Amino acid sequence: MSQPAASAPRVRSLNPAAALPGLAAGTAVLYLSLVVLLPLAALVWQAQAGGWDGFLHAIRAPDVQAALKLSISVALIVVVVNSVFGTILAWVLVRDDFPGKSAVNAVVDLPFALPTIVVGVILLLLYGPSSPIGIDVAYTRKGIVLALMFETLPFVVRSVQPVLLELDREMEQAAASLGAAPLTVFRRIVLPNLLPAILSGGALAFAKALGEYGSVVLISGNVPFSTQVVPVLIRGRIESDDQAGAAAISLVLLGLALLILLGISLLQRWGTRHDR
Amino acid sequence: MYRIQLRTIALGLLAVAMLAAGCGGGSSSSGGGSSVRLVAYSTPADAYAELIKAFGQTSAGKGVSFSQSYGPSGSQSRAVDAGQPADFVHFALEPDVKRLVDDGKVSSSWDQNQYKGVLVDSVVSFVVRKGNPKGIHTWDDLLKPGIEVITPNPFTSGGARWNIMAAYGAQLKEGKTPAQAVQYLYQLFKHVPVQDGSASDALTTFTNGKGDVLLSYENEAIRAQQGGASVDYVIPDQTIKIETVAAVTKTAPPAAKKFLQYLYTPAAQKIWADNGYRPVVPGVTGKYQFPTPPQLFTIDDLGGWDKVMTDFFDPSKGIMAKVEQSIGVSTSS
Amino acid sequence: MIARWGLRIVALGYLAMLLLVPVGMILYHTFKDGFAPFWDAITQPDALHALRLTIEIALIVVPLNTIFGIIIAIMLVRHRVPGATLISAVLALPFALSPVVVGLALILTYGQTGWFGADLAREGVTVIFSLPGMVLATMFVSLPFVAREVMPVLREVGEEQEQAAATLGAGAFTTFRRITLPAIRWGVVYGVILATARCIGEYGAVAVVSGNVIGSSETATVYVNRSYESFDKQGAYSVAVVLALVALATVLLMTLFKPRSEA
Repeated sequence: MSQPAASAPRVRSLNPAAALPGLAAGTAVLYLSLVVLLPLAALVWQAQAGGWDGFLHAIRAPDVQAALKLSISVALIVVVVNSVFGTILAWVLVRDDFPGKSAVNAVVDLPFALPTIVVGVILLLLYGPSSPIGIDVAYTRKGIVLALMFETLPFVVRSVQPVLLELDREMEQAAASLGAAPLTVFRRIVLPNLLPAILSGGALAFAKALGEYGSVVLISGNVPFSTQVVPVLIRGRIESDDQAGAAAISLVLLGLALLILLGISLLQRWGTRHDR
Repeated sequence: MYRIQLRTIALGLLAVAMLAAGCGGGSSSSGGGSSVRLVAYSTPADAYAELIKAFGQTSAGKGVSFSQSYGPSGSQSRAVDAGQPADFVHFALEPDVKRLVDDGKVSSSWDQNQYKGVLVDSVVSFVVRKGNPKGIHTWDDLLKPGIEVITPNPFTSGGARWNIMAAYGAQLKEGKTPAQAVQYLYQLFKHVPVQDGSASDALTTFTNGKGDVLLSYENEAIRAQQGGASVDYVIPDQTIKIETVAAVTKTAPPAAKKFLQYLYTPAAQKIWADNGYRPVVPGVTGKYQFPTPPQLFTIDDLGGWDKVMTDFFDPSKGIMAKVEQSIGVSTSS
Repeated sequence: MIARWGLRIVALGYLAMLLLVPVGMILYHTFKDGFAPFWDAITQPDALHALRLTIEIALIVVPLNTIFGIIIAIMLVRHRVPGATLISAVLALPFALSPVVVGLALILTYGQTGWFGADLAREGVTVIFSLPGMVLATMFVSLPFVAREVMPVLREVGEEQEQAAATLGAGAFTTFRRITLPAIRWGVVYGVILATARCIGEYGAVAVVSGNVIGSSETATVYVNRSYESFDKQGAYSVAVVLALVALATVLLMTLFKPRSEA
């Protein structure tokens, strides 16, 4: 780091280039408050407006309990499946080479770019009552699983890819030369290095699956105790003017989201400590 | 290699924006005319498309532009109450207008015309799969084992409330006591797997393959058939006369009042009739037959909406709140 | 060898079945009777209004989120800010939070019965049920993209050039304009592409705050849902295809620009 020249009277500080005018910083914080922080505060406030009892009463409603169980179990299934396939996809995209690979790589981002309602309409077309291939999973959990698998596909892939790219292959080659089978090499050398990435990608996918609305609302049909997921339930409460109930259930989702983000940042710290 | 400068990208975006603005077609309010904000319950969108066009060809309607909003009657009424801008409202039942009168948004003389504020009628009917494979003709048929009944959520949908009062009133017409009629409701809702937000959503659910019978407005059944769905409909012998109501808000432009008046003309009522709604103006016929059920009754026969809203649809103490709780579905509290 | 082919087939097969078949399906369904029904459907006034509104919202939200994103990125990377962890967490929230919850939070703040409801009503401003509400909802969900793309670039580029400029007497804004901004430009571009795609594609939060007004107050995504539920399948599929094509274009652009943003 160079010293400021002693004879330059216009130098203001060591790094004025990055000196952010207070106004800009203040505006940014104001923006953040108006758009995110205040609304979240209002949500928390409304959720506890009826006191702890009111909150519990709203959460303990039978259809809320059923929806929470459904959303969590479906999200878990989807995350496990997409973690496996996601890792395989990442492997194929990094370690393999074939014509059209960059197209395949691009296609993986499609669920990020497609509007959720478009996905919902597409899935209902393909897997609903007028399905051309005879698969009708509308109003079933399978339909929800399908929608969520679509939406969460890229998370683990994109999380694992950069780690695989950076991975030093010396250990793998050493193990192979000592006679270890490829699967063993993968299991005992590669996988431990990938684990933080798989888990953090999976965690984000889980959060997305819990909160997903547009792609699920059409195919699930919103049947209480059967196919009603939490976001659809919340919307129903909002439409019935039960803002307090909606806020209480939303607080649960918000809390889960924050926990998951915390977990991801911890995982990322573990991941970097894992580097040699 | 090529260098794409940020400048170029910005210019490109500007071009896209101008293109989009140009492609937007005519602006939503034409010069010189006024605009009417229409807020209605969930079913009459198709009818209003025709009615608005026809109105635009009258002298009163020239140059008037409309913005339209459709949704469950209860939710729409609450939205207008909460501030959603509206000039002309058409709701499924009178309490949804009364809410606005109580809060000063609609004048209390809204129902002083000869039709008491009722714009078009319908009846509660059973919508079934084509050919009526499960042979559903009476209210008792709804309770047959395995029959799934689709009806919307009565705390948002006006149509749902009509359905429930039709069911209740039908039991009374069959000679049952009020207590037995309430028991019927408990039984009926055991057969209801899902309650959509609006009558229109319930129709979509049914045509998507869910359920054996849909309780809905006669006009929805007709609309479904017009839209190509393979459904039939049955009007049970005992059913309720659905009276939908319309009003203008206190802050509405004169064009809104003229629109309401237009909707009562024989020409407009014929358009309603051709869309499956029962006209209130006598002597108007359309392309559908509207048979009179032998034991038709009205909400007044059941005590009027004020009493019914308190007894049945109070969110914590009403009969329906208890019915919903018995099947585990929360109501707004 | 077998393993490699096995893996390829599993990976590509899964991808094809899950993603490509459905997307291909809607393209087929929309165009199977030719181009005319599609064109007819998207030139309906309501459809055009919806597409136009979507673009308008994006044109408001993306530049604002870009400016905000660059400022926040500089704040977090070049400065020590109190509450940096909070800001980082808040930046990550839109990825993990349900859009329905976002909509509800906005209603509770800016709706008639919300925190600012009475004040806004007094000034005659409606937020919920109209454009400002939809803009806020879209801002929330697309907030982090530019910031998150710019931050790693800022870190990598380092402060030396900026400091050099300072020692030569350049003011803060000049340094920003002539040194920092060009250095981060590909991060900004990539972030803008992602944010734009997110804006155009938003559904849940906008649906919750926008009420049911059709024609003038419906974004393209809300239009798709409404026309689908009104038996106007052709209308729904056609606008959906337009949105899908925009998504495909976004994915293509992302692939084109990604190498540069990591350069």
